[in-house]
Amino acid sequence: MEYIKEFLIILVPLSGLICSLLIYIFRNEKYFKEVISVISSFCMFVFSLLVGREVISGNFLSYELFNLSPTLSIYFKADRPAVLFALVASFLWIITNFYSIEYLKGTKDKKETSFYCYFALTLFATTALAFSGNIVTTFIFYELITIFTYPLVTHKGTKEAVSAGRKYLAYLMGLSILFFLTALFLTYGITESLNFQEKGLFASYENKKLLILILFLYFFGIAKTAVIPIHHWLPTAMIAPTPVSALLHAVAVVKAGVFTLFRVLNYVFTPEIILKINGHFLLIAISSATIIIASLIALKQDNLKLRLAYSTISQLSYVVLGFSLLNKISTLAGLSHIIMHAFGKITLFFCAGAIYVQTHKTEVSQLSGIGKRMPFTMFAFAIGSLSMIGIPGFGGFVSKFLLFKGISDFGNYWLFFVLGLSTLLNASYFLPIVYKAFFEEPEKTEGHRKNLESLFLLIPVLVTALISVLLFFACSYIYDFIGDVRS
Amino acid sequence: MFDFIVSKYNYWISIVLMMIGLYGMIAKKNLVKKIIGMNIFQVSVFLFYISMGKIKGGTAPIYWEKAVIYDNPIPHVLILTAIVVSISTTAVALAIIILIYKKFGTIEEDKILELMEKENRR
Amino acid sequence: MIVYIVLIPLLSSLLTPILGLINRKTGFFVTLINAILTFTIIIYSTRKVYIYGPERYFFGGFEPPYGIEYVLDGLNSVIILIIAFIYLLSVLYSKKSLEKEIEQKRISLFYCIMNLYFTGILGIAITGDIFNLYVFIEIASLSAYTLIAMGLKRESLMASYNYLIIGTIGATFVLIGIGYIFMATGSLNMADLKLRLPSLYHSKMVRTGFTFLTLGLMLKLALFPLHIWLPNAYTYSPSTISALLAGTGTKVSAYALIRILYSVFTIDFDVNIIPFSKIFIFLSLIAIVMGSLLALAQKNLKKMLAYSSIGQIGYITLGISLANESALQGSIIHIFNHSLMKTALFFIAGGFFYKQGIENIQDLKGIARKMPLTMSLFIIAGLSLVGVPFTAGFISKWYIVIGAVESKYYIVIPVILLSSILSLVYIWRVLEISYFGESNGNEHKEELPVPLFFPAMISSVLCIFFGIYTELPVELSKRAIEILWGY
Repeated sequence: MEYIKEFLIILVPLSGLICSLLIYIFRNEKYFKEVISVISSFCMFVFSLLVGREVISGNFLSYELFNLSPTLSIYFKADRPAVLFALVASFLWIITNFYSIEYLKGTKDKKETSFYCYFALTLFATTALAFSGNIVTTFIFYELITIFTYPLVTHKGTKEAVSAGRKYLAYLMGLSILFFLTALFLTYGITESLNFQEKGLFASYENKKLLILILFLYFFGIAKTAVIPIHHWLPTAMIAPTPVSALLHAVAVVKAGVFTLFRVLNYVFTPEIILKINGHFLLIAISSATIIIASLIALKQDNLKLRLAYSTISQLSYVVLGFSLLNKISTLAGLSHIIMHAFGKITLFFCAGAIYVQTHKTEVSQLSGIGKRMPFTMFAFAIGSLSMIGIPGFGGFVSKFLLFKGISDFGNYWLFFVLGLSTLLNASYFLPIVYKAFFEEPEKTEGHRKNLESLFLLIPVLVTALISVLLFFACSYIYDFIGDVRS
Repeated sequence: MFDFIVSKYNYWISIVLMMIGLYGMIAKKNLVKKIIGMNIFQVSVFLFYISMGKIKGGTAPIYWEKAVIYDNPIPHVLILTAIVVSISTTAVALAIIILIYKKFGTIEEDKILELMEKENRR
Repeated sequence: MIVYIVLIPLLSSLLTPILGLINRKTGFFVTLINAILTFTIIIYSTRKVYIYGPERYFFGGFEPPYGIEYVLDGLNSVIILIIAFIYLLSVLYSKKSLEKEIEQKRISLFYCIMNLYFTGILGIAITGDIFNLYVFIEIASLSAYTLIAMGLKRESLMASYNYLIIGTIGATFVLIGIGYIFMATGSLNMADLKLRLPSLYHSKMVRTGFTFLTLGLMLKLALFPLHIWLPNAYTYSPSTISALLAGTGTKVSAYALIRILYSVFTIDFDVNIIPFSKIFIFLSLIAIVMGSLLALAQKNLKKMLAYSSIGQIGYITLGISLANESALQGSIIHIFNHSLMKTALFFIAGGFFYKQGIENIQDLKGIARKMPLTMSLFIIAGLSLVGVPFTAGFISKWYIVIGAVESKYYIVIPVILLSSILSLVYIWRVLEISYFGESNGNEHKEELPVPLFFPAMISSVLCIFFGIYTELPVELSKRAIEILWGY
């Protein structure tokens, strides 16, 4: 039993890896892919829960997979934020699995094997990144996420998909190799250690200029956070099938980015050091600029998925802002926003996908009266939007509230204005959709079928919407769980 | 200064030959002339080796009662090997030139390059 | 025992044309037996070296410094191990691929020269006498000229001729250098020279000799400004020979350079007395960038690989000239790894030519749908070339960069990362064309025949294997460093 406990931590990512292998081996069996995907997503969730139980009961879980060299080891370690991230990712994978069965059937997709295979591989890399215990492991899985999602972005195989894939790689891989890896080597050169530590790695290092340089290299190297000068890859990646956009480009991939940033800010640097070198001002400036600018861009997007993508960029910067305010409450706000945004945004994406499958509509302007034909879907969409805007009673409110508190602790009050404006903007690009859907008359030329909803596409949407509501009431459990991140 | 130049004349000759040889290898357009340059280049190195083996007042390294000092025989032996190598290089080079002539119909480098370029463009 | 390492290939090279008079097909079998036998002996004697320490053999019983000696120690056992392995794979590959690439009546002569080449490179690696080194360099080069000239295209003749001219200049420079060193010390034995030289380090003769020697070897090694012979030589030779030369030719020159720099001269001389280290770090960096840039510009697949070799040689010389333990270790591992991956890539490029007659990258459109397995091997080896984590290329680059950081040459980091990105681009270009390009005509699957597929598979699978199981190359290179650093 003890042995299994030791092993538990790599069982989480492993269930994704094994899943993809099985899918590849039995690629000719009918229904096998779907079944094995669902089973292994359950396994991953259960294993994450088990790891979580161990962590709560105070056991230290770590596993060194292998040593590539004395300076380079693949090392996994469990702590509360990691468990949180893994739980969210694996739980949403279960739901996405049910959703994608119907979605792929609805869009008559031929390349199911590669879809499920790479999907599982991405989840493998994401959870492995969550549990990484040092920078090298984080970097490696960060890169692997990019590589594994590339086939999903280019899934359609059209010219646009290929060029989108090229952009995707150029941003994510190019920047990470150029900046992230440089920062990694510089860190090693200065500290001769790459393990995440509570007290940071640079505790006894004085050269402020070099530290600032390293911090910025990390910040701009982690392009998966999609802050504004390095965000272009996310909208272009929306060419992928909707389940991919939903889970990967609203949850797994981008959250992996902010999670890496969290690790860097808190376990490589420490808030004290960043405050000492005044590195946080640029981070705050960029993230608050992103919040506003991305919302403004989202306003004028007519394509529903693109609007959601820009909204994601804006919402991700809430998380980044939370982390870069560097106090306890704001970090908590950032971490909880990872969850809140995940459930809210995946609901919205699922709705967009359902609309696409049933009516082949992709533009916002075509959605007039859709609420009459897909009432439940659009109801879920409304819930998701309200959660994104941050109305009390929905999950999004909790993290936003915490962020306000973090700002007041930090003491820079013009950030209130940023958040307020952004809330206004959020409302002004989400609510018109809801209004259009329910209160505008549909165009006359449409088909005769009244209700267009299919059960398989509906259930996942309703589940995630329900959870976004429940999260508001369950927020105290989440605080308790991540409360003492930095004890 | 003058003494320095005159007393080491064999080294000077080998340097001059080396430069002539290198010039021939690089600047000549005719493939056979390049090989001639290469031979001159290599011969200069042989001269260099042989002059390094010479010792003032020494005789040829063959047993002789009156001899006081012998020249150092090792460079000579080394250069025998190098001569063999040089000859085989020349042989290979000439064989390749024959084949080049058969396939291109010329051994002028610029014409060959022209022909190859034409082929590439096609 | 170790004299057989050179003797067996030499004898089989004599035997091949004689038996070839009886039956043309015997050439392959003699060569195969030779390769297997030599490889076995090398494994055996490497093991012995590891247990009992360096093994020496005195030619004709004359003890050094008077006679010629062969030495097998920790350093050159790594090199001959990889050389013999690559040779074995190339021989296996040659049988089928030569059917289309040379005139059949010359086949036994071809194998004769190939064995002679093998003799030459093994000789370079194993000899302990610098004049003998020159002789073996010439043996290897002369046979390489001939092998390249055996290609059926007429360009191969010009490639061979140009290589001959430049190669002879290089070899003659080595000869001059040896002359100067002999003039100063009166000795030709490497071990003896190491004892005699330190007192003469300030003599101009020794310095001139050193310059000529390194310059000559750089020519043989194709370091950037001296590389012009390499692309055409690799491109227009039969694909077996491209793979063999790429895997062994430059590698053995790199070994000779390491031997001269650290085993004949000492690190003190290279770094402190003359600025070798400083000059060659920058030359190598230029080589790394220019090699990758030029590779980007190529249309011919083999030429692209050849230019990428120039970049990779830059990595090797970079590690050598950084002159510290990690970097040199990285260099030796890179010799090992790069042999494997470049051989694999050339094998596959040759396979495309064999199966489809394809030489240009543009013609690879849709080839991944025809040969999915072959293409996946190409991906593995290509990603290893880029240095993606979990492939062999990552480990060696890691060591080299760590070495650079230890020596405080921070400029190295961005250059290496930039070149990694460039190599990602040129490998990715091939992948994109082969996966997403519209192929004309039928798309039924036709993989490479087994004799071509097997060697390519072995070498590219090993790229992954040594990326994860790094103990073997790391341990081997550590032994090599111990020899050079003298403890």
